Amino acid sequence: MSTSIKIYVPRDAAALSVGANRVATAIANEAKKRGQAVEIIRNGSRGMLWLEPLVEIETAKGRVAFGPVRPKDVASLFEAGFLTGGAHALNLGLTEEIPFFKNQERLTFARVGVIDPLSVDDYIAHGGFVGLKKAVTMTGAAIVQEVADSGLRGRGGAGFPTGIKWKTVLGAEADQKYIVCNADEGDSGTFADRMLMEGDPYTLIEGMAIASVAVGATKGFIYLRSEYPHAYQTLLEAIRTARAARWLGSAIGGSSYAFDLEVRLGAGAYICGEETSLLESLEGKRAIVRAKPPLPALKGLFGKPTIVNNVMSLATIPWIMANGAKAYADFGMGRSRGTLPIQLAGNIKQGGLIEKAFGVSLREIIQTYGGGTHSGRSFRAVQVGGPLGAYFPESLLDTPMDYEAMAAKKGLLGHGGMVVFDDTVDLAQQARFAFEFCAKESCGKCTPCRIGATRGVETMDKVIAGDTSKLALIDDLCHLMTDASLCAMGGLTPVPVMSAMTHFPDDFNRASKRMAAE
Amino acid sequence: MDSMSWDDAVASSIVNEYKHLAGATLPILHALQENFGYVDKRAVPLIADALNMSKAEIFGAITFYHDFRHEPAGQTVVKLCRAEACQSMGCESLVAHLKDAHGVEINATTPDGRLTVETVYCLGNCALGPAALINGELVGRVDEEVLDAVCKGQSHDRMAG
Repeated sequence: MSTSIKIYVPRDAAALSVGANRVATAIANEAKKRGQAVEIIRNGSRGMLWLEPLVEIETAKGRVAFGPVRPKDVASLFEAGFLTGGAHALNLGLTEEIPFFKNQERLTFARVGVIDPLSVDDYIAHGGFVGLKKAVTMTGAAIVQEVADSGLRGRGGAGFPTGIKWKTVLGAEADQKYIVCNADEGDSGTFADRMLMEGDPYTLIEGMAIASVAVGATKGFIYLRSEYPHAYQTLLEAIRTARAARWLGSAIGGSSYAFDLEVRLGAGAYICGEETSLLESLEGKRAIVRAKPPLPALKGLFGKPTIVNNVMSLATIPWIMANGAKAYADFGMGRSRGTLPIQLAGNIKQGGLIEKAFGVSLREIIQTYGGGTHSGRSFRAVQVGGPLGAYFPESLLDTPMDYEAMAAKKGLLGHGGMVVFDDTVDLAQQARFAFEFCAKESCGKCTPCRIGATRGVETMDKVIAGDTSKLALIDDLCHLMTDASLCAMGGLTPVPVMSAMTHFPDDFNRASKRMAAE
Repeated sequence: MDSMSWDDAVASSIVNEYKHLAGATLPILHALQENFGYVDKRAVPLIADALNMSKAEIFGAITFYHDFRHEPAGQTVVKLCRAEACQSMGCESLVAHLKDAHGVEINATTPDGRLTVETVYCLGNCALGPAALINGELVGRVDEEVLDAVCKGQSHDRMAG
């Protein structure tokens, strides 16, 4: 048999972290030994991260999944005839029939895990650049209207309507405008941006190109966190390839529009996820938050009108342009339209990327998709929306994932990350950590954040040591930080603290109870 | 990590290579650290001159960002994630294990210069925690066994055998 069989082994960093490269090598060696022609494609991840390395074989019936595959399994897989989807303990059946995957609504992530991330041909064969080709035939105002009509809101966490941001930049007069992609995905429990950049980078490039056409910008920057070395290499390669294929440069996609792109690395500062601090960093300075106004849309990078959007927002634009605003807005609930790439993480049995229409409950994600905790112990808390998000107990798990519904429970959706904790967690320690993180990562510009966070750590230490009278001070401090901080760093640090105090009061008086008992 | 000792001439040529970029400070600092393993204080006047910025601004930038080291790192660099998702999987007990079993302090280099362990907040591998970058390689489900191997200078690759 000499027909070459297609085998997919992910190159996604999460898959590499559990040995995907070694598995790919083992498969190549075993195939050679058996004289079997195979074509190994290094795809992105399908997002079922507990099954990584997830190897897929292309068969007449579709792609069949095997996982998690370890190098030592490879010989037995060949023995079992896995190249034709043969029976084996690791055979998971058709990838797209696995319930975790099947029950999603994948729009932004439609191609991630499916295609070869760096093949322009593969991208085009799966609907790539359709949105951009349409955009170059439209006026800027019409593109902006389409984005506004889709109801897309900033996926970085703030949830600001993307169309309004774009409209402001479109209306600004300037000799130079910029498109800046915020790829400083610093929230713990989030990895959607990373997975997309590693698994389908041309979608992000296309989204930025559409934004440039819409508002008349010719230059873009992707500000990527330095903790993502794999995404960095993928983006560099993707930009080179896109430029060679004329999707970037002086006449993008054969149109009269010019747009080019650079990736810049951050340097380990969480605050750079805040858009004005990111701009300061791109300009080569300390990343000190700017006061607003002026808005970055009017005075952004180097003082010029700038669109600053999250990776997810920009990567969703091609789908909206290709399929229409209405098709996108048909997903979701209330004022949260479309889909949210949810990242299920922490102490969870089946963690990964779940793209769902807004409105799915936290419970469904944790129980149906996640299958409970990784440790097997009972669930105690979930922190939704990163380090500045609330800790929710079991009783709040029926809250739908929707910007307004989360806010009504004094929480937030943020960038869609969920970190699950089992019953060994001490929420007083988590509250202390929220202050500690803020103290380490504060840019230092405003006093409530810079000083408040440090006082918060000291006061929490007293509480944890047994002085519960200090809880009133924590409450007071949280109100001050919420009301008086310049940006979300200081302004939202009270969210995890207050939610922990409200929902898990027992954790805050353990020492005092112990002392009273003695 | 293989890196050469500080050399003003080499540093200057690196600075010159990147100084044309808009907002060149971070690209220059990354390139210097890539080459030397850290950013020596002698870089400050070189960069300030090249970018027409004040020495205070350059010093300020270097010290603002956690990434830039002020002295060379150990031969092996472990960046251990200590953010919430890895906390939920017990990363703090790994920090304790490093100290108790190996006398290795976090955010420091061992006296023999062989190992540097640094705190990072999130490597984006939050469903397979605890996570670490070991000499640039992302490792998931880090446990005491992995760290023991690193501390003994052995391969941390659990699948090598």
